[in-house]
Amino acid sequence: MGVDNPLGDNIITTSLDALVNWSRKSSIWPMTFGLACCAIEMMAAGASHYDLDRFGIIFRASPRQSDCIIIAGTVTKKMLPVIKTVYEQMPEPKWVIAMGACACSGGIFDTYSVVQGIDEALPVDVYIPGCPPRPEALLYGLMKLQDKIMHDKNSFGSAIGLGNRIESAAA
Amino acid sequence: MAENNRAVVKLKEKFASSIIEVVEFRGEVTVTIKKEDLLAVLAFLKQALQYNLLTDVTAIDYLGKKEERFMMVYLLYSIPNKDRLRIKTAVSEAECHIESATQVWATANWLEREVYDLFGITFDNHPDLRRILMTPDWEGYPLRKDYPLQGPDREPYKGRLS
Repeated sequence: MGVDNPLGDNIITTSLDALVNWSRKSSIWPMTFGLACCAIEMMAAGASHYDLDRFGIIFRASPRQSDCIIIAGTVTKKMLPVIKTVYEQMPEPKWVIAMGACACSGGIFDTYSVVQGIDEALPVDVYIPGCPPRPEALLYGLMKLQDKIMHDKNSFGSAIGLGNRIESAAA
Repeated sequence: MAENNRAVVKLKEKFASSIIEVVEFRGEVTVTIKKEDLLAVLAFLKQALQYNLLTDVTAIDYLGKKEERFMMVYLLYSIPNKDRLRIKTAVSEAECHIESATQVWATANWLEREVYDLFGITFDNHPDLRRILMTPDWEGYPLRKDYPLQGPDREPYKGRLS
């Protein structure tokens, strides 16, 4: 940064936005919510072999404590109002990951009863293809979400009521 | 052979005029009966012939292939005798209702709700006839052959584009 470390080794300087973004991306708490076979891969990713906890990703049992919802599976039209309600109960800021072909586009279920992609109802941040995606793919998607969160502008300002948070795509 | 089946023998004795057709295919016996006598036949099968388990109730849509559009199918199993029997009866589109089997087997309740939900056949004297799989406000009956696969609000499927 062109500064010759005038504050010593124990002090670092950063922007408030970067601090807020860093803390948010390091503690993504997803909603415990599975819909189909993708949820099995999501559980595998959360268990010890892939260990989502090391990213600070801890599944929460309440939407009020969550800031991310992983749409893991086929969304039927009957289930959609439930998902919308869960999403609305989550506090801002909140992110949505569409996991797997069904959540992204309806997948093989091109039928009357299935929603053709959760983006018809919720603002999706990350799409993860696969049927189902392997835990590595989910991890990559979550890292992409972390990347996206780090690029947010005015995170601190919006948190104290000054303007809106400006989102941009992950690099 | 179907003629020697214990249920067919008894049914021919007692309900000779109700039986339309008896078919055996690969050891599975199917008896097609008249719609009016359905409840009497089912009650007889349960009480006298110990078909005490109603495995499934479903329907077939023969749109454009048969005069009477729907065929109700009852799959029975006798736990003491370890044998199965299939009862069929035709339901026309104009008179799209049939007597409920809930009086004979309580499990028919949800099975008939499913048939009502997906085929639109109504069941007389059913205790709780509402949709079971689709949302309560759903329009149409998805398993009917004239229901578009992707729903009425979308353009019909035209085959693979690639």
